[in-house]
This record gives sequence, structure tokens and C-alpha cells, in this order.
Amino acid sequence: MTELLTVKNLKTYYPITGGVFGRQIGTIKAVDDVSFSVRSGETLGLVGESGCGKSTTGRSILRLTEPTSGEILFDGVSITRLKPRELRSIRRNLQLVFQDPFASLNPRHNVEKILEEPLVVHGIGSSQERKKRVHEILEIVGLSSYHARRYPHQFSGGQRQRIGIARALITQPKLIVADEPVSALDVSIQSQVLNLMQDLQREFGLTYLFIAHDLSVVRHISDRVGVMYLGRIVELAPKDELYDRPLHPYTKALLSAVPNPDPDAKRERIILQGDVPSPANPPGGCAFHPRCSEAREVCRTTRPPLGDVGDGHYAACHLYNE
Amino acid sequence: MAEVQIEKVQPVQETISSPWRDAWRILIRNKLAVVGFGIIVFFILLALLAPYITPYPYDKGELVNRNKPPSAEHWFGTDYNGRDIFTRVIYGAQISLRVGVLAVLGSALAGTVLGLLAGYYGRWVDMLISRVFDIMLAFPSILLAVAIVAILGPSLNNAMLAIAIVNIPTYGRLVRSIVLRLKQEDFVTAARAIGMGDARIIFHHILPNSLAPIIVTGTLGIATAIIEAAALGFLGLGAQPPQPEWGVMLSDSRQYIQHAPWSVIFPGLSIMLTVLGFNLVGDGLRDALDPRMKN
Repeated sequence: MTELLTVKNLKTYYPITGGVFGRQIGTIKAVDDVSFSVRSGETLGLVGESGCGKSTTGRSILRLTEPTSGEILFDGVSITRLKPRELRSIRRNLQLVFQDPFASLNPRHNVEKILEEPLVVHGIGSSQERKKRVHEILEIVGLSSYHARRYPHQFSGGQRQRIGIARALITQPKLIVADEPVSALDVSIQSQVLNLMQDLQREFGLTYLFIAHDLSVVRHISDRVGVMYLGRIVELAPKDELYDRPLHPYTKALLSAVPNPDPDAKRERIILQGDVPSPANPPGGCAFHPRCSEAREVCRTTRPPLGDVGDGHYAACHLYNE
Repeated sequence: MAEVQIEKVQPVQETISSPWRDAWRILIRNKLAVVGFGIIVFFILLALLAPYITPYPYDKGELVNRNKPPSAEHWFGTDYNGRDIFTRVIYGAQISLRVGVLAVLGSALAGTVLGLLAGYYGRWVDMLISRVFDIMLAFPSILLAVAIVAILGPSLNNAMLAIAIVNIPTYGRLVRSIVLRLKQEDFVTAARAIGMGDARIIFHHILPNSLAPIIVTGTLGIATAIIEAAALGFLGLGAQPPQPEWGVMLSDSRQYIQHAPWSVIFPGLSIMLTVLGFNLVGDGLRDALDPRMKN
């Protein structure tokens, strides 16, 4: 399988400004040296707590937030330094689905206008062809063509998310970054939208970067899963490998927090001590060491690289990188 | 599996519900707003039909009929020059409505452009525009208007211009704050993710979503502009006699208020009624256009 997206040493820092003249007095390291790749046709899940930088990673890849440094290769082209005009033509292949289905649709546009707009921007088709395409895509995402004249406020959350997916899909992109696409939906609707996304992936050969905090949702949809902590990827592995044999102490703690429906199941809950440190001032060495029960001296001083531990399993931990 | 819950039944008769139509439906159900709307339409009709419904010229009086009380010939009485007050009040509607609407259009247009620039581009553009607004707002608005008229010379058009300039920061700040909020909205991010340019984002996404509050503020602003124009007229800095501007009529008749109160009452009442009309409609519009009222 070829790699559709390769992210190398991506860093996205936000300045903290203060004072009357807005001088920079610090830096939030939202994404701090992240590298991974997404293969064509697969779904890579990114999980982590709120504020761990997973959404910023997604937005940096789309250049909606300007990365501070690093390189993003999409379909063999480095898009990190492209000018806005050059980037525009790439955008039809690189789309985004949002978390909040209420905020992501313009309340003053009807569905037809919302869905037609990407085609207009990229100069695809004549007016009639575009309208036809809008009606087709509505059917594809499980709505009906008579919905085209309605406005976003006339739809339920699940239906709106289908419209959001239709908008991302209409330019026939190669990669869709889905930023928590189901976390704002009811549980019953979540599975419908997830199944829709899987059907679409099969039908159109889509590649997903699926960002979420819900571990079972990520397990359901992903082929491989990356775990993020404080702006860094701490572990990356095929999903069954990761869920059955987590290596990094943070991943172990995270997975132990997933509720298990079997009351007789024997399991050990790992309760982490302390809070997530501030990304403005992350701990030296391994970012997780102050909360890690197995921290050693080296963890305090040296940042562990994301090392290969076999079977496509990568972990950024000194316990495994001898 | 994916489309289980979606109803496939074609609705028999669907009422088209767009945000503007919904707002209109709420507005016409609001009795006070309809009353206000009626008042405004009434004055607009008076202004348009002034030459046909007024029995006397507005600028020439008969000195024998000075300060006559209301009668069958002169419904609202006559003023100190023997001019028919009914005629002058109706012609005054022309002036006041024109001043109110044009001044608001001017300040809303300039304020919207500046607010869009400040909010969308931020940085030094915002810094520059916002500081100018701060300076303008540091003056009491009527004082600033007086200063502008003093420089340009007293006339109705200069008063209108002064009122428009003085009110620019109101709209500028309003639009800037809306733009700052909208810029963070996901649908604007989505537009950028699609590859849309700044101009299209501003005109297709940000401006249409800013219009509702601008319209509300503008409608209420017409009322304020009418009062400000009357105040400038009263001070002798706006419309000049013999123009039948309501503020001018008030100041002209001030010394006769004891024995010819009708010469003050009717222009005053007209100001009050039009202002009330615009305020009622403005309040109604606010209720109708406020997205938080959406069910």
C-alpha cells in the first residue's frame, strides 16, 4: 500500500501574548514533533485526551492552522510551503468533517447551496451538472433530493452530520480528516454515521484520518491507531495489536479506563496521578514521566523516539527502546 | 443499514422555511411591531403625497392669520408667520425620514466596511480602525456632530453628513465583534478548507450572517438620527428656516409656546410618533432575527 499522507516532524506552536503591546511571553506546544503516515485506503485513528493536540494535528495537515515547522507530504507533494493559491487546487482532494454538526453549516444557506459551493469554488461542472451532483450526493449519504431546499435548522444532528460528510465528499477527495465526527451525536446515531463513513470508504476508496477521544469508536473504525499525549504520539500500532497489547504506560492507563460490559472480567484499573502538564511548559525528557509509574532516570532527561518494536508497532518509551 | 431512520415519504405540501421567511413570520405576529410598521408607513405616505394633500404652501403664510388655534381651515393651527402647521408638519416628514434613512445608510455602510476589515484582517488594520473608533466615541455624539457642522457650515445636508459620521463607530464596532465571532465558526473554517478565497468567504458567509443585527441596530438608529437631526435643527445647525424641519419648527415657535402651544405640540408629536414607530419595529426585528429565539 502506498502512503497517501506523510507527516514528518510536525510542530505547531501557538504564541502566548501578554501586556499592552501583545508581546510574546511564551509558547503553547500544541503539536510537538509528530511524525506518522497514512496509507492509501486505510483509516488511521488518533486518540488522546482533550488538549493533547489531536485536533491541531488535523488542522495543521489541512493548513487551516499554520504549522510552525515540519513537512507534510500529500500524494507525493509537499504542501507545507505551498502558497494559498497553489494550495487551493489541492484542497479538493483533502477534506474535513467537523465535530459540531450545528456550527459547521452556514445557517443562512440551504443544503443545495452548501453542497454546491465546493464545486463552484473549484469550477467543477456547469450549473445543471452541479445541481445533479448535489442530488446524487444527498442520496449517497442517506438523505433525499427534496432535502436540498431545506435549511440546516430543519435537520437533526445526525442528518446535519450527513450533510457535512456530503460536503466533504462532493469534490471526490482522496483524504478526509474527520475531527471527532460522532462525538456530538447520540450513541444510537453515532453507529449510523460510523457505518455510513465505512460504506463510503469502501465505495469510493477513501482514506480517513479519524480523530476522536472515544476509544471504542476509534477501535470500530480504524485500521491503525495512534495515541497522543501532550502534543506527541506516544504509541502507534495496528488496532488489535494496540488494544490487546498496549506497551506505553499511558496507553495502558487509557485502555484500562474503558468500561467493560462483562461484570466478571478481572481487570486492573490504572489510575494516573496528577494532571496533564501544561503544553506551555511540558516536562523535559519523556512528557509522561511525572505521571508514569515506571519512570526511570533516563525518562527525565532524554525524550524517547517513536521506536519500532516489531509488527508495525511503534512506541515512544525507554522501556522498549534499549 | 445507513439510512434506516430517514423518512423517504415525499411531504405533500411543504412550507418553505428560510431564516428570513421565519423572521418575517415572527415579525408580523408581533402586534407592537405591526403598530410601529403602520406608523412608519403612514408617515412615508404623508411624505410622498405631501404636495397633493396639503392645502397651503409650507413656506408662505398670511400674516393676518398669525398664531391662530386649530380650526376647520387650519387643522393644526398656524405659526407666528401665519403658515399652516399641518402643511409644514407633513413636509417635515419628508425631511426627517430622508435624513434618518440616509444618515443611517451612510453610517451603516461605512461602519460595516470598516468593521469587516478590522474584524477579518485583524492585526494593524484592526488596531488602526479600532483606535479611531475609540477616539470618536470619547466625544459625546451631539458635540462631535456640532463640531463637524461648525466646520462644514450649517445646512440640512451637512447635518445629515455629521450624523452619519458620528454614528459610524456604532456600526463598525458591532460588525467587528460579529466578524470576530463568525471567523471562529466551523462553517467559515469549512469554507477555508474547501479552498474559498477571502472575498467569497466575506460576502457569502460572514456578511449574510452579520446582516440581522445590522438591520436591527439600523432601524433603531433611524429613530436616533431623526432626533439628532431635530436637535441640530433646533440649535440652528441643521435645516435652515423656512425649511419645515420639525426641530426648526420647535425652535422657531419656542417664544410663542405660552399663547400658541399648537405650534410646538404638533411638530413635537410628529417627532415622537416617528421615533416610536422605528423603535417598535426595531424591537420587533430584534426578537424576530435573534437566533436564540429559534425553536
